[in-house]
Amino acid sequence: MSATSAIRTRRTIWRKMKSDLMMGVTVLATVITLLPLFIILAYLFAKGASSLNLAFFTHMPAPVGEKGGGMANAIVGTLELIGLASLIGVPTGIGAGLYLAAHRGGRLAAAARFGADVMMGVPSIVVGIFAYAVLVRPMNGFSTLAGAVALAVIMIPLVTRTTEEMLLLVPHELREAALALGVPAWRTTLWVVARTAASGIATGAILAIARIAGETAPLLFTAFGNRFWSTSLTEPISSLTVQVYTYAISPFPDWQRQAWAGALVLTTIVLALELGVRWVTRGDTRVAR
Amino acid sequence: MAEILEATHDNVGVAARPARVGSFRVHLFGDRFFNLVTLLLTLVGLSILVGLAIALVVDSSPSIRAFGWSFVVSTDWDPVNEKFGALPFIYGTLVSSTIALAIAVPLSLGVGLCLSEMAPAWLGRRLGFMVELLAAIPSVVYGLWAIFVLGPWLRDHIEPVLGKALGFTPLFQGPRVSVSMLCAGVLLAIMVVPYIAAVCTDVFRAVPQSQREAALALGATRWEMVRIAVLPYGLSGVIGAIMLGLGRALGETIAVAMVIGNSPQISASLFAPSATLASVIANEFTEATSTLYLSSLVELGLVLLVVGLVLNVVARALVLGATQRRFEEDN
Repeated sequence: MSATSAIRTRRTIWRKMKSDLMMGVTVLATVITLLPLFIILAYLFAKGASSLNLAFFTHMPAPVGEKGGGMANAIVGTLELIGLASLIGVPTGIGAGLYLAAHRGGRLAAAARFGADVMMGVPSIVVGIFAYAVLVRPMNGFSTLAGAVALAVIMIPLVTRTTEEMLLLVPHELREAALALGVPAWRTTLWVVARTAASGIATGAILAIARIAGETAPLLFTAFGNRFWSTSLTEPISSLTVQVYTYAISPFPDWQRQAWAGALVLTTIVLALELGVRWVTRGDTRVAR
Repeated sequence: MAEILEATHDNVGVAARPARVGSFRVHLFGDRFFNLVTLLLTLVGLSILVGLAIALVVDSSPSIRAFGWSFVVSTDWDPVNEKFGALPFIYGTLVSSTIALAIAVPLSLGVGLCLSEMAPAWLGRRLGFMVELLAAIPSVVYGLWAIFVLGPWLRDHIEPVLGKALGFTPLFQGPRVSVSMLCAGVLLAIMVVPYIAAVCTDVFRAVPQSQREAALALGATRWEMVRIAVLPYGLSGVIGAIMLGLGRALGETIAVAMVIGNSPQISASLFAPSATLASVIANEFTEATSTLYLSSLVELGLVLLVVGLVLNVVARALVLGATQRRFEEDN
């Protein structure tokens, strides 16, 4: 009797130890997963901050072999590309999201929802090829417009699906109440339902902007790059991401130093958008992936 | 009842009726206009996908006609002699993604279980947020960091150990350089973990509490509960999460292009440079001078698109099934 209970106790102790061990392993996995985040941020600050100076923001890139210079045109170029892409992508995405939320059971809505989900899985370099085929070649040259369209194509499905999700969170009673008061359906959708979901929709749009701000691949052969100011939509334009890429793989130490500075600026922009929006909404919204 | 209805009907003045009808029409017009606008925007979104597929097929047709199916099995990539085969890139893509998943999947399962079963709610939220930040870092920044930090570190500290312990297999032989298949694989692992881990966390959180309670009531320890209740229940969702991660790894371009070395050859050693479908497009697209060269690169993109689409569709169906079942059982 006592022998069996001793065995039982030993077995129980073993099972508990095994359980603690495995749960400890999951904690370890989490630590290992998050480690690169801190290592990368530490390197960015260590290497980037020391290379960052006023000239970086105000000067143009120096000619090959010369020291100094900055990324003024790339910073402005990135802002231009993001602005233009948002101008195309955000209204289209929100409009499509409104349609999807209004026609839940419709066949076209189902097709569009499926299409948006599929688009989210398309590698961004493929989107670049698409923009090249429909804009760069017909227009005979790399252009700001082609770059912005490529980024907008990446944005649209993200904004569409987030908008739809956010609209569906609005209680149906709210909609019914407005309709019962005789408010036309379209005004109900815009002024009652969409307004209630506005902060969620805005969050989705800003997170989509943060996502495209860090894109390099679709810009390589659409916006291309430019050592000077770009003054027209049909000219190639410089961007932070492409500039960091070019400088990072260059053999010149001074360029590599500037790549770290550019990466720090880029990461700051992207993380500021992410953190800012989440701090404002307190993590209420989840964006489509 | 009928009397009342009649009375109200009579109360509506003859003059008032057309006005009402008129304003009703205005409402209808507004609705129709609004519907039309949103419909058009939806069609724009949908037509992008269709247009994308058409553009890729049309642009790759010269190469499809010239090489046919031999394109995907040929190992020649010789722009000078206009001979193009995709096998080295397909191989590079598969191997680098396999390394990435081999590292990322166990880590993601650990993170998912830690966040759903171990961490208290306040800590789980913060950790989950940090995992999402990891996904937000631009890939060019990952690439920059890998060129100057991860690659040299792997070369100096990890590859010698691997070479010593497993050097008898062809996988871990040969000269050590900082740009290699191994470096690309490890970097991809770091980049896809946040995606797989986030979906795994959702999937595990969607396991009904009753399943856990049943296991605990039978005397299971916490780990046994995970093994008999949480993992089997979330299995299809986990598979979907892995496929989503695989889709990301296959399509990741710039970070891989920066560290893989871009050499179109099939080498058994993981220490050797290689190239992937996405990285070769990024590297050579602007240099492609002839039509055939360009269309071969577009066909690589087409391969990437088709594989990505299939993975994504199946994965989403699996994840959706795993996370929505909860609502049916709880309600």
